Amino acid sequence: MYDLSVITDAIHSFLAGFMPSWLTVTVECVLIGVGLLLAYALLALFYIYYERKFCAAIQCRLGPNRVGPWGLLQSFADMFKILIKELISLNNTDKFLFALAPYLVILASMLAFAVLPWGNGLQIIDFNIGIFFLLAVSSIGVLGILLAGWSSNNKFTLIGAMRSGAQMVSYELSISLSVITMVCLAGTMSVGGIVNEQADCWFIFKGHIPAIIAFIIYMIAGTAETNRGPFDLPEAESELTAGYHTEYSGIHFGFFYLAEYLNLFIVAGVASLLFFGGWMPFHVPGWDTFNHIMDYIPSVVWFLGKAIVLSGIIIWFKWTFPRLRIDQVLAMEWKYLMPIGLFNLALMTCCVVFGWHL
Amino acid sequence: MATLQEKIAKICPAATVAEVDGAPMITVDEAHWHDLAKALRDDEDLSMDYLVTIVGYDHVDTMGCVYYLMSTRHNTNLGVTVAATGDRTQPMLHSVTDLWNIAGLYEREVFDFFGIIFINNPDMRRLFLSIDWKGYPLRKDYDASPNINPVPVDNERQSDFTQSWVEGPDGKVEEKQLEVFGPDDFVVNIGPQHPATHGVLRFRTAVDGETIKKIDVYMGYIHRGIEKLCETQGYPQTLHYLDRMDYFSALNYHHGLCILYERAAGIEISRRAQVIRVMMDELSRIASHCLFMGTFCMDLGATSMLFYTLRVREQILDILERTCGARMTFNYDCVGGVMQDLDANFQHDVKELLKVLPANIKEYNKVFVGNVIAKNRMEGVGVLSREDAISYGVTGPNGRASGWACDIRKWRPYSIYPELQFDEITRTEGDSMARFKVRLAEIEQSARILEQLVDNIPEGEYLVKVPKVLKLPVGQWFQLVEGCRGVFGMHLESDGGTKPARLKFATPSLPAAGVVDHLTRGEKIADLITIGGSMDYIVPDMDR
Amino acid sequence: MEVTAQGVPYEAFKDNEYIESLVKELQENGTNVVVGSLDKLINWGRSNSLWPLTFATSCCGIEFVSLGAARYDMARFGWEVARSSPRQADFIMVAGTIVHRMAPVLRRLYDQMAEPKYVIATGACAVSGGPFRNSYHVVQGVDQIIPVDVYLPGCPPRPEAMIYAIMQLSRKVKVERFFGGVNRQQKQQEFLREHPVEGVNDKAQFNSETVAEAEKQA
Repeated sequence: MYDLSVITDAIHSFLAGFMPSWLTVTVECVLIGVGLLLAYALLALFYIYYERKFCAAIQCRLGPNRVGPWGLLQSFADMFKILIKELISLNNTDKFLFALAPYLVILASMLAFAVLPWGNGLQIIDFNIGIFFLLAVSSIGVLGILLAGWSSNNKFTLIGAMRSGAQMVSYELSISLSVITMVCLAGTMSVGGIVNEQADCWFIFKGHIPAIIAFIIYMIAGTAETNRGPFDLPEAESELTAGYHTEYSGIHFGFFYLAEYLNLFIVAGVASLLFFGGWMPFHVPGWDTFNHIMDYIPSVVWFLGKAIVLSGIIIWFKWTFPRLRIDQVLAMEWKYLMPIGLFNLALMTCCVVFGWHL
Repeated sequence: MATLQEKIAKICPAATVAEVDGAPMITVDEAHWHDLAKALRDDEDLSMDYLVTIVGYDHVDTMGCVYYLMSTRHNTNLGVTVAATGDRTQPMLHSVTDLWNIAGLYEREVFDFFGIIFINNPDMRRLFLSIDWKGYPLRKDYDASPNINPVPVDNERQSDFTQSWVEGPDGKVEEKQLEVFGPDDFVVNIGPQHPATHGVLRFRTAVDGETIKKIDVYMGYIHRGIEKLCETQGYPQTLHYLDRMDYFSALNYHHGLCILYERAAGIEISRRAQVIRVMMDELSRIASHCLFMGTFCMDLGATSMLFYTLRVREQILDILERTCGARMTFNYDCVGGVMQDLDANFQHDVKELLKVLPANIKEYNKVFVGNVIAKNRMEGVGVLSREDAISYGVTGPNGRASGWACDIRKWRPYSIYPELQFDEITRTEGDSMARFKVRLAEIEQSARILEQLVDNIPEGEYLVKVPKVLKLPVGQWFQLVEGCRGVFGMHLESDGGTKPARLKFATPSLPAAGVVDHLTRGEKIADLITIGGSMDYIVPDMDR
Repeated sequence: MEVTAQGVPYEAFKDNEYIESLVKELQENGTNVVVGSLDKLINWGRSNSLWPLTFATSCCGIEFVSLGAARYDMARFGWEVARSSPRQADFIMVAGTIVHRMAPVLRRLYDQMAEPKYVIATGACAVSGGPFRNSYHVVQGVDQIIPVDVYLPGCPPRPEAMIYAIMQLSRKVKVERFFGGVNRQQKQQEFLREHPVEGVNDKAQFNSETVAEAEKQA
């Protein structure tokens, strides 16, 4: 398995060769920041295109195919347009909070990017409570949504924001429970550690029944966390026009639009980390030749591939299921997902204690 | 007839009974009207529980209303003509809102068009026109000059109070104001530009958190004055407006008005034309129900379903287009038959459609009806009881979902429907799911009708000779047909000329929107979308 | 300068005198290379990403639904992102009759949209009042209330015609100038000045002083 940390180390030693250490760190931070922003924008544009094509296929349509080859440039055109569209400022609103909200939402997903296992040695920061950090920063997003809804001074956005608050806070529990379940199996909270634990076999196979239950709960709660159908109540088109971001225009709306897709990627990325080995190739214990062949596929491809396939499932949900009602959403979390998650955690603990896993 | 006359004489000696267009027409003075209405509704042998419509009229010297009543138990119908008291500045009638729930809306409509005030109706605001509109457009002396009512540029004035004229115990009538929303109500405005109102309907919704406390329906955002326009056009020309009312039932509505004119003029049309008309009706019924399912599912968030149902609709539109030449505003039925002969491939196309329909219906069931989320969203939501359905005049698939067998094709058969084998679908649940399932099942029944007819289209002329300028004798006619959304009633008054003196359309969408407030009390905001979607109203159809 | 829309090979499509004259007007004074190419990039983005507002009053709206469906699939051109909030939409397809009561609502929707914004008057009713021209309650053409960019006749227009209309709009967007002279928007401003609405300051977005003044007065 080719370790990409060789490259990053080389860059580091190259820079450290002629710079003081504080400047090295600053330059590296800037480089990473630029790289992250670029990856962020490109991924979001790719996801917009991906979803549009995916839903077109589900709906027996063609999807974008005129702008650029196979419509590949469609989302670029959209971004150009959104960038230079007028930003409407509203009277009788809290202007500061109104402008702050989209940046909070974007910030939450940006921070989460830092700990995702992009590839072997390609992690921006790997510290011992990586997963905990991820859970913590991803909940900043809900603050942005609440602020957006409240500061717009519009009844639709207010209802949307309140729904979003209730929903995201509830489903955070289920996400955390299933994450804890997997942490329990891995025995570490470090993202790198979790990936390395899956070197012989992915957790979804290793932890069998409790891992599969945790995976299903995670996918449902993750869909809810990203505010996507069938849990898209905060921006339910047919009920609240555009939900919490009704009053946003131009790039401010663009941020919400991008963040939605990025959150989708993060949820799928974390799922691939916890259940499908992050960047770890598909290994079967004992099949050494097969494992070697798998190692030839670059680790970045493994991670992105897994994330894209998993997010495909979430997109598939959206275009198949009708939307739930707010009371049903909450009942589902508090009456079903959370108790099952708690039980599953106990089950996983037993599995780990008695060594009932691969 | 004789028994009815005796009965009426017993109830109200002042009333006279005549026969108009094959049904009894009672004429009564205003003072006895409310007592008579109560007796008509409560009498065991009459039991007129369904108010079809209220038609206002302006005969220059008198103004008043014609009430069309039907009995769901005895399958009888009658009309009541009541002249208003007072002069043209303030004509008055007693309200019957306490007897039929839908009367409130119908009376508002009459007030809006004719300025007739209904005493004791708690809500006497204008229905279609804005609060500052000057004049009553359907009066014969209305001045339509744009200087009096220019196109407004400022936002509409709005009041949280209703006007009402209440009769005190001493018989004195005085004007009062009643509150619609209190100062503490959190009122959310849904519409007129809203993706789920199916057009430009506006709900002012008082909510408590997510729970709906009260809904005030505002109509008229697409009120185009079709009834007034009809009075300026020759009879064949009036047909074209029907295309633009309920654009999914264009053929059905055309069919109805053609029957009405043909009956009035004494024209017999060929059997070929009748078969063609019925086939077209059923094709558009399938197309309409398909679109209903699509948009309804889209409202619930299942967007993909729209694309699956539109697939069938496009196939039907192809068939219709090859014969009629248009995709939506067909304008195909005309007085004396149909405009042109069928396309050469018509039978083949219909057979192709019938082949793919069962598979599609199966798919819809699989994708949507069987879905657990869809079940939770629809079952038990917006339950309409049979009594309420009748009292609110909610007809069509909505009424049948509540167990009211109100299909005019069976109830008051017209054209060749009596010869055809098909079932009237009724369910008893009355909830949104039942309304959805009734429509799904009706597609199958329409396909059954098409199957019976497709190989039995008789030869003959498709259009009989009719005079170039159609002139109808003096008189009054009333006709009911089954549109895609329910009972469509037409009232025609002719003064012997080439233009109708009064043409009134009673559409199924108006009651369907009127009942939304009743159904949504205490439900969630999301249920408003479910209920509104399942009622399947068409806004231009209710606004006219 | 040739103004084309995405993937339309037909010669007939290029025959639009109005747009040709706009191009001529643009090229009269010549353009700066940098500004010109920036303009081209921006116009490429704008013309290829036209998001409609979900707005329909009657029959034409149903044809608009058909336009989104599988057979006509407006997603091919990137128009399928129909936004329900006017803040996020680029053009409003006035699909259906506009009556007196709806007129202020339509104007308000237009005012709520963010620049650049365009209007397509769809169907006979929106163009001129159509079959209801003689009615007491129908606006005889939406160009009495809002500035119209493309007129699309038909009752209702077929989905193919709608595609053609949006393509024409797309061509029109291409000949706009973001930096320097703004040809179409000048006309839009003129229109808005002639049709004022109480409480709405149409100049506000271009002139911050007037905003300050209005705030002072309030």
